[in-house]
Amino acid sequence: MADKPSNNEYWSANIRLVTYCMVIWALVSFGFGILLRPMLSGIAVGGTDLGFWFAQQGSILVFLALIFFYAWRMNALDRQHGVDEE
Amino acid sequence: MDQFVLNWIFIGATFAVYIGIAIWARAGSTSEFYAANRGINPTVNGMATAADWMSAASFISMAGLIAFTGYDNSSFLMGWTGGYVLLAMLLAPYLRKFGKFTVPEFIGDRFYSPTARMVAVICLIVCSVTYVIGQMQGVGVAFSRFLEVDNTTGLLIGAGVVFCYAVLGGMKGVTYTQVAQYVVLIIAYTIPAIFISLQLTGNPIPALGLFSEHTASGEPLLARLDTVVQELGFAEYTGHHGSTLNMVLFTLSLMIGTAGLPHVIIRFFTVPKVADARWSAGWALVFIALLYLTAPAVGAMARLNLIDTVYPNGTAEAPIAYEDRPQWMATWEETGLLTFTDANDDGLIQWYNAGSDSFAATAEERGWAGSELNVNRDILVLANPEIANLPGWVIALVAAGGLAAALSTAAGLLLAISGAISHDLIKGQLNPSISESGELLWARIAMAGAIAVAVYLGLNPPGFAAQTVALAFGLAAASIFPALMMGIFSKRVNNHGAVAGMLAGLLVTLLYIFLHKGWFFIPGTNSFSDADPLLGPIKSTSFGAIGAMVNFAVAYAVSNSTEEPPQDIQDLVDSIRVPRGAGAAVDH
Repeated sequence: MADKPSNNEYWSANIRLVTYCMVIWALVSFGFGILLRPMLSGIAVGGTDLGFWFAQQGSILVFLALIFFYAWRMNALDRQHGVDEE
Repeated sequence: MDQFVLNWIFIGATFAVYIGIAIWARAGSTSEFYAANRGINPTVNGMATAADWMSAASFISMAGLIAFTGYDNSSFLMGWTGGYVLLAMLLAPYLRKFGKFTVPEFIGDRFYSPTARMVAVICLIVCSVTYVIGQMQGVGVAFSRFLEVDNTTGLLIGAGVVFCYAVLGGMKGVTYTQVAQYVVLIIAYTIPAIFISLQLTGNPIPALGLFSEHTASGEPLLARLDTVVQELGFAEYTGHHGSTLNMVLFTLSLMIGTAGLPHVIIRFFTVPKVADARWSAGWALVFIALLYLTAPAVGAMARLNLIDTVYPNGTAEAPIAYEDRPQWMATWEETGLLTFTDANDDGLIQWYNAGSDSFAATAEERGWAGSELNVNRDILVLANPEIANLPGWVIALVAAGGLAAALSTAAGLLLAISGAISHDLIKGQLNPSISESGELLWARIAMAGAIAVAVYLGLNPPGFAAQTVALAFGLAAASIFPALMMGIFSKRVNNHGAVAGMLAGLLVTLLYIFLHKGWFFIPGTNSFSDADPLLGPIKSTSFGAIGAMVNFAVAYAVSNSTEEPPQDIQDLVDSIRVPRGAGAAVDH
């Protein structure tokens, strides 16, 4: 295993990244899709409103983007901190 | 060509492929049987995971759940996909780094407690067995409808095919058949959807068609749907009707439950590296999203098509006569999943919301004496090609797709069950000195036994079968997910905390479900109902998220008042957190 301080830094960078991603994850599904839908009701999308689009389409598309962004960032973090797989 | 012959050709051809793969991908070691020797490409694993995850419920039932409720059932779409974000960021890469074979094995090692491992084994078996019953029933229904064999024969044929590739090939055989099954099921799902989207909106992409103009009326499709359903007394399709709190908790429970389902987690043990586990979760969601982005369009369009079929001249005019009903209605009437009762003896099919008080006056004025058509929501996807007058080969394809969805999920569940029995129970507990070939034999015996149990339960489904899906998700959410997450993200949670947390989450969730659904699902023994739940608007199906919170709270409280985990366990957690060394940790 690599030296401890680098590991701690690596781990806190990971936790930060996961936290940001989780905030967006919650915002697009529970937020835009459910709780904030009344606030978005003014924005019309194809016969309904933006909240409906997020609940049935948008949240899934954002989830996809989030996982690939996370994988790309984490793999880069692994290399930066020298903990990637040889 | 005759529809019946076409169905046989499509289903026969796909089954021949599955059996061919079984013969080619035989497993020779426990590593091959449990984890396909950790040699699966992340994209391929993503595809296999998508088939593993998308069950008969996703393929057959989900569009119907959305069609008959509209926006309120968006929880299924967000919940069953959002769980993959949790899986990718909180569990899969770390469990891959841990480098063992089963979910209970991680819980047992991390919490240095055989008790914790056994609690996990019990949760896993209850979750997976309840889930497999639905798949087996799906196989039986698809066979009896499309191949005109009886339910029992259909189920036995399906089980025989699963037996071939699961017992012979283990994870290796299951992985490659799941890839083939994914291809079959996604083609089968999207082709009819594209046809229908073109017919209704002129847009070939169903997910875009859903938000396009309905060509026949010139209005946006969803606005048109809102209008016609309300003209028949149904609730507005795009409107939000139930409790917001319950919808949030239900969505969260489905997400946490998805991330905690063992048969999905073990798929990530098959990729070569930790980095691959991250990519693979993304690929899994790509392949899942192809179906999940299409499903809401299928639901909305099928609902509109169905209303137009019954009211060909608009909802203000008289519905069609029973004599003039299309052929597909007659076909599905034979299965009993679609029924017509002429309540006012006028020979016309009145279909409306008889439960709506505000619509009662209109119904009386029109001389309607109750809604006369009853459509089981599960037939929507299967009947869709017939409703839209699509060619016979599309119908045969949908039949093969429904079977692929049910069989691929059944195989994944059976694999999780057999691993828990041979690896956690027999090697871990009863006979730790068992040889590798002995363990492999036991894995195969356990698999065969699990198939026999699944067939038995598929043929004699307990009356509560439909309700147990809530149980599977509730248990995975309340017991397995929190234990795994704390095992990775906290060094402080110890054996006492983990066991107390899992048991607390499990018991409180079971208690809440039993209070609403009856003790052990025995009808009449419930004290509350989901129409009027114990805790405000929170239904028993939404309770998994609360069970998970109880698990976290109890585990932290107990751990903090007892001793720290020993140094070697803290070192283990440190090593799980970094990808380096994953190769070395592989395959004990």
